[in-house]
Amino acid sequence: MGQQALNGIFVGSIYALFAVGYTLVFGVLDILNLAHQAVFMLSAFLALTLVATAHLPLGAAMLVAILAAGVLGIVLERIAFRPLRGRADSNISGLISSLAMATVFEAIALQLFGPDISRFPLGTFPDRVVRIGTATASLLQIVIVGVAVALMAALSLLIARTRLGRQLRAVAESPRAARVLGIDVDRVIAYAFFLSSALGGAAGVLFGLAFNSISPDVGRSVELKGLAVIILGGMGSIPGAVVAGFALGLVETFTVARFGSSFRDVVSFAVLFLVLVARPRGLFGQASVREG
Amino acid sequence: MTLVVADVTRTFGGVRAVDGVSFRVEPGEVHGLIGPNGAGKTTLVNLVSGLMAPTAGSIALDGLRLDRRPAHRVAAAGVSRTWQNIRLFGGLSALDNVVVGLHLVRRAAFLPHLLCLPGARAERLRAHAEARALLARVGLEPRSQEQVKTLSYGEQRRVEIARALAARPRVLLLDEPTAGMNAGEAAAVAALVRSLAEEGRSVLLIEHNVPLVMELCRRVTVLSFGKVIARGTPAEVARDPEVIAAYLGTTA
Amino acid sequence: MDALRDLLLTYETLVGYVGINTLLALSIYATLSAGQLSLANAGFMAIGAYTGALLTLRAGLPFPLVLVAATLVPALVAVPLGLPVLRLRGVFLAIATIGFGEVVRLGFVNWDYVNGAMGLDAIPQKTRLWMIWLAVAAALFLFARLRGSRAGLALEAIREDETAARSMGIGTTSHKLAVLALGASLAGLAGAFEAHLTFTVAPNGFAFGRVIDMLVQAVVGGTLVFYGPLLGAAFLTILPELLREIGARAGVAPGAFRPMVNGLVLLLVILFLPNGLASLPARWRARRGRR
Repeated sequence: MGQQALNGIFVGSIYALFAVGYTLVFGVLDILNLAHQAVFMLSAFLALTLVATAHLPLGAAMLVAILAAGVLGIVLERIAFRPLRGRADSNISGLISSLAMATVFEAIALQLFGPDISRFPLGTFPDRVVRIGTATASLLQIVIVGVAVALMAALSLLIARTRLGRQLRAVAESPRAARVLGIDVDRVIAYAFFLSSALGGAAGVLFGLAFNSISPDVGRSVELKGLAVIILGGMGSIPGAVVAGFALGLVETFTVARFGSSFRDVVSFAVLFLVLVARPRGLFGQASVREG
Repeated sequence: MTLVVADVTRTFGGVRAVDGVSFRVEPGEVHGLIGPNGAGKTTLVNLVSGLMAPTAGSIALDGLRLDRRPAHRVAAAGVSRTWQNIRLFGGLSALDNVVVGLHLVRRAAFLPHLLCLPGARAERLRAHAEARALLARVGLEPRSQEQVKTLSYGEQRRVEIARALAARPRVLLLDEPTAGMNAGEAAAVAALVRSLAEEGRSVLLIEHNVPLVMELCRRVTVLSFGKVIARGTPAEVARDPEVIAAYLGTTA
Repeated sequence: MDALRDLLLTYETLVGYVGINTLLALSIYATLSAGQLSLANAGFMAIGAYTGALLTLRAGLPFPLVLVAATLVPALVAVPLGLPVLRLRGVFLAIATIGFGEVVRLGFVNWDYVNGAMGLDAIPQKTRLWMIWLAVAAALFLFARLRGSRAGLALEAIREDETAARSMGIGTTSHKLAVLALGASLAGLAGAFEAHLTFTVAPNGFAFGRVIDMLVQAVVGGTLVFYGPLLGAAFLTILPELLREIGARAGVAPGAFRPMVNGLVLLLVILFLPNGLASLPARWRARRGRR
């Protein structure tokens, strides 16, 4: 029981971190960025390459990969989203152009790393086991949860306390009003993409370390989980994404323990579906998701 | 065809946008609904046309309850409307916009059309002829093939009126039909509204153009902050001190 | 004549796939024509494919009946799906339908009767080129006739402004349900064709990526006219074949080439040609007119 809970928190922390970035862009732009999973994947590959071939220490490799993911987010916004802004159907065409970018990113990964699973070299992280009550966890797992929680806390602080955070909230509320208030909306959106993608990249590196298997399509399953998380949490709600991420991780772990691993993914989609039908605002969302 | 709005209230998160409003519109009557911005006029039109349900109260057309019916069934009961911020089908031609308005009137099943049966073709031609006649009535027949996006503001408002008329409504809700029009266009719309009333239709007219309301309406209901503050003939209302205060209060 | 037949024989698989992909792209187009982005179609395709394969393998039904069933069953599933889901706006509809598609796929993975993740194989090859293209022609005819009809105009009105359409007396739910069911039918039929062409069905063939392919082809071809999906399916099915040589010579990994082409073409179209390849002639005409 305790062991399952621990595993659930561990998986959930990665889902939450992925989903926080996902939902951040949605909250600000009302756009679903389907390339988020590709940034997640590329960042994991980058960290792996830096460790395996450039022999960088893991911490440094992770930092570089996260920053690179953030920059990739800005590139993504410039190419795939900014030109569409102002179009009548910008939330659907944005979804489609982000899909195009995801496909391109995946193709690049296929070209560079091949379709097979890549792994971090042995001994990238010290293999140590920690006992917590009756349950055990690896040191790696604990570090992963710690890093994920720290990053999410940092983001929450940034949004609650800083000038940029206030501007992000203003743009999320109404881009037009924000512009009237003298906020440089384009710059704020670029920052939102940087933050979102950096967090997605961090989730990718942590995921790669946790499961030690990275392939060009590794982001796909996480993307669908991420959708379930942001729907459950309420689109655009960051606390919602955090809570829902951990909740999904826990429910998934208990389901696997009880019904077997083939039911792992059924849970997230059942959750996604039921929430959308029964309570489309999710746990914390306020957006009106039904046709007026 | 009497439209009866009885004690209708609509709240949004605790704010009473419409608060216990009652009035009736008799057949052949042009009923004015005026009031300062934010008085709840458009909310009322949305309530009557079924886009939202009242929190309390009832709306009925000749005893047939309209509230809590979906909008398309309110339309089927004979209520048609225009929009304060024009909502035409921008990608379609003026003619097709009006043909969409004929949706309820047409009895064209898809299967005969799919099979290219002659009856279906004839029905379609009749619909187009009717739509063209309606566009002629608002003076836009020559521009029927143009995309509505390319028409001027006033012309778009007239297409909207033609589209609303296409449903052969018994009650017509006109939400600021002359906004953005020049004097000539507004006079043409006024003449049109009068002729519609003469045909026995009930018209609920929301308008900021006070002389127009004075000229057209038999009776006027004045809203302020969601409540009826005055009702009566245009002349009576214009003398009402509360109305004068409400208007001056907003312009100050 | 003989030369044409030789060509057809050489490229039979390709021509068949253009047809199947056209049906799939049209299935996305069906809901997009009412402004609804539904991504449930890989799920519907799976339902059609499994229905067809099971009726052939386990019930021994004649192929025409198999195809009829593969067309009808997904539509019957679409109705109870659509009633709650079609109330959701834009992106949320897309997400809910993605969820549905995955649930269907995982349902087949966990269903022992159809061999779970292994899927069904040894399905007799009963699909013929003419059948596919007859279905494509019928579907195109249907969409062509829809245009300008009362129902077709109602769909366009819903796409342009759903609220205004409702106020004109258009029952938006029933119209949206109808196109969802139509799209489900087309996807299901395409699934049955494919199952009886490639001998196998397996859940992996109906993953999220599959519906993305359909969407890409529909969007690249153009979603404002009925022949857009045909153009998109043909273009994106044939182009990678044509370019394969060049790609190989440039050292692009075989698996990476197709997604690269798809992604870049989609990006270029959505940025510079929002109404798809089908809008090219009008653009050229307009440009010549300006000169």
